[in-house]
Amino acid sequence: MELWFTEKHTPYVRFSIKVDKQLYSGKSEFQRIDVFESKEFGRILTLDGYLMLTEKDEFIYHEMITHVPMSVMPQAQKILIIGGGDGGTAREILRYKTVKRIDLVDIDATVADVCRKYIPQTGASLDDPRVHCHFEDGLKYIRHYENDYDIIIVDSTDPFGPGEGLFTKEFYGNCYKALKDDGIMVNQHESPFYTEDAYAMQRAHKRIFASFPISRIYQAHIPTYPSGHWLFGFASKKYHPIEDADWDKWEKLGIKTRYYNPKLHAGAFALPNYVEEIVREVE
Amino acid sequence: MKKLTQENAPILEALEKMKQRRIVPFDVPGHKRGRGNKVLTDFLGEKCMAVDVNSMKPLDNLCHPVSVIKDAEHLAAAAFGAAHAFFMVGGTTSSVQAMILTVCKRGDKIILPRNVHRSVINAMILCGAVPIYINPQMDKTLGISLGMSIADVTAAIENNPDAKAVLVNNPTYYGICSDIKTIVRTAHANNMFVLADEAHGTHFYFSDRLPLAAMHAGADMAAVSLHKSGGSLTQSSMLFINDKISEGYVRQIINLTQTTSGSYLLMSSLDISRRNLALCGKQIIDSVIDLVEYARSEINNIGDYYAYSQEKIDGDAIYDFDITKLSIYTRSIGLAGIEVYDILRDEYDIQTEFGDLANLLAYVSIGDRPRDMERLVSALSEIRRIYKKDSTGMLEAEYINPQVILPPQDAFYTDNEKSLPLDEAVGKVCTEFVMCYPPGIPILAPGELVTGQVLEYIHYAKEKGCQMTGPEDMELKHLNVMG
Repeated sequence: MELWFTEKHTPYVRFSIKVDKQLYSGKSEFQRIDVFESKEFGRILTLDGYLMLTEKDEFIYHEMITHVPMSVMPQAQKILIIGGGDGGTAREILRYKTVKRIDLVDIDATVADVCRKYIPQTGASLDDPRVHCHFEDGLKYIRHYENDYDIIIVDSTDPFGPGEGLFTKEFYGNCYKALKDDGIMVNQHESPFYTEDAYAMQRAHKRIFASFPISRIYQAHIPTYPSGHWLFGFASKKYHPIEDADWDKWEKLGIKTRYYNPKLHAGAFALPNYVEEIVREVE
Repeated sequence: MKKLTQENAPILEALEKMKQRRIVPFDVPGHKRGRGNKVLTDFLGEKCMAVDVNSMKPLDNLCHPVSVIKDAEHLAAAAFGAAHAFFMVGGTTSSVQAMILTVCKRGDKIILPRNVHRSVINAMILCGAVPIYINPQMDKTLGISLGMSIADVTAAIENNPDAKAVLVNNPTYYGICSDIKTIVRTAHANNMFVLADEAHGTHFYFSDRLPLAAMHAGADMAAVSLHKSGGSLTQSSMLFINDKISEGYVRQIINLTQTTSGSYLLMSSLDISRRNLALCGKQIIDSVIDLVEYARSEINNIGDYYAYSQEKIDGDAIYDFDITKLSIYTRSIGLAGIEVYDILRDEYDIQTEFGDLANLLAYVSIGDRPRDMERLVSALSEIRRIYKKDSTGMLEAEYINPQVILPPQDAFYTDNEKSLPLDEAVGKVCTEFVMCYPPGIPILAPGELVTGQVLEYIHYAKEKGCQMTGPEDMELKHLNVMG
């Protein structure tokens, strides 16, 4: 039997994974949620038909969105994750014993429940006592905090649908306000490759650049995301993402990673020329 | 024939049938279901172009409705509690004009609050009616004009027993209502008609949590913008009358200025929106009220901003308040409403309805989502954090009592006119309009005296970025006055 999951990466480009079986399909108040079992990528989570994570390559995304800011601020104690209801980002942060509290704010409790049940590889972290889940609009949550968090990680879906508020100037400005004086915000920053994605990415950078004194972009290779070339944003009030990284201290923590390492951290901020151009255009 | 109910949408049903018949069009419009204009069809969609058709027997004719348009108008009248409804395709401007042209001839007096929409004064230029303005009370802090006090209406009626009608904003742009029931009673006792500009009141007809709708209060005519809170297409509107007004005469008046090629896109949108309101209006309005109440409490929690509501009710000039209106006083952060309006659009990609010198109005309706409201609230919170400044030195708004020297028509069509530099026009009689847009309420109307106070207001509003519209000189460096 030929059963395939297909996502349109553009109206003219399709990406397909052979599906062994569908484990879950449901509709929450906000979106349709599906979990598939596949031979090549293990379990796959999709929201409204867009691939969010696979068991095989989620480590790349989750390591890069967490260890980059954590190695710049290994002393961080209070972390806010906006989005990230699958639990992958929280799992990586939990590896730092010095972190005292993680607040995770996702609009959709059903995604978290589905991941707990079907994708424990990421979802299990949500039950850790240091993780405090708040199921509400991230934009609403952040408004009420000031000078409170060391690091904010914006682990959002795409800039359309339920996650669109997390790509706005008002959101980034409120993140700035919620961070302490030396705070860092890292965000999922879309892809520079296809035109539509590149436009969203440029707009997001423009807004972050206007909201933070330090704003840089870094990249990773994520096989199941459109084009595979994915970006993250590093915005900070004080620390430079490379010069202020405390790699000696980080290495002493003995955190074993599969993708991230200090050399790659520094290199990830070196962008291809075409990406530099998109970014410079709005700086 | 089956009796029609609110479940029906006769114009929609007729258009569906017409599509099924695959009629070959040898009539206008010339784009022939879009085939002749590919770019426009790609842009608007084939479905839309396929129903942009001309009147034909199965689709009735807006100028002389005898079948499906008549049926749709009957259903609308029943849904809104009127004797008759007219589908209008020239905006609520055309409905307002039809009301005034129906009850006033040249020289007839009409009692009205100054904060009327420009369409009201335009109608007076057309028909030669004479305005008797009532000073709408002012809220000094918010700098907005309110409703009419009953004492003022009664006095105007007593002083002008020959007036033909009283016009009421139900509500104002800001959601403020006068005591329309008492106004209707007083006016009727003095043989005057009551006309209601309900450009912002469509939803009143479908909820018991909102101010009284004009037709329910006994008004004789009401101009209702379904395209605002009712969800129909821009430029569509409805005009309602009670059984004291002649349906045939009103249609004659409408046909003086209305197109003979009424758009079926607009008419079907009225039909569909009426059905939706009749069937689910209460529930829709409840959800709008909940969303606005939530936003008000969040905005008031930010600090400084004041999103006002029913606490402003005073039983007279603020007889009632439309709680679906999200009006926010912004001067307490040192910014004019128009400045916040500009920042929201330029910096945050949020378009609000309007900003005046002290307030911002966010229009909330049927189509709004909670997550978009979070964006608005968050952006307001950010604007306060980033832009807040000292609020002293901002102009206190005051009601400028218009000094009407001539009826609008006489001044507008005068042979004795000249153009003067704005500041030299003091003491002259203006022959054109000046208004601050939005909301489009006149600062000067034809026939009124230009005073120093008026000029001060114009300069201040211009400096704050308000768009001044109306005059022949679009930059308003010159003003047309009587020589």
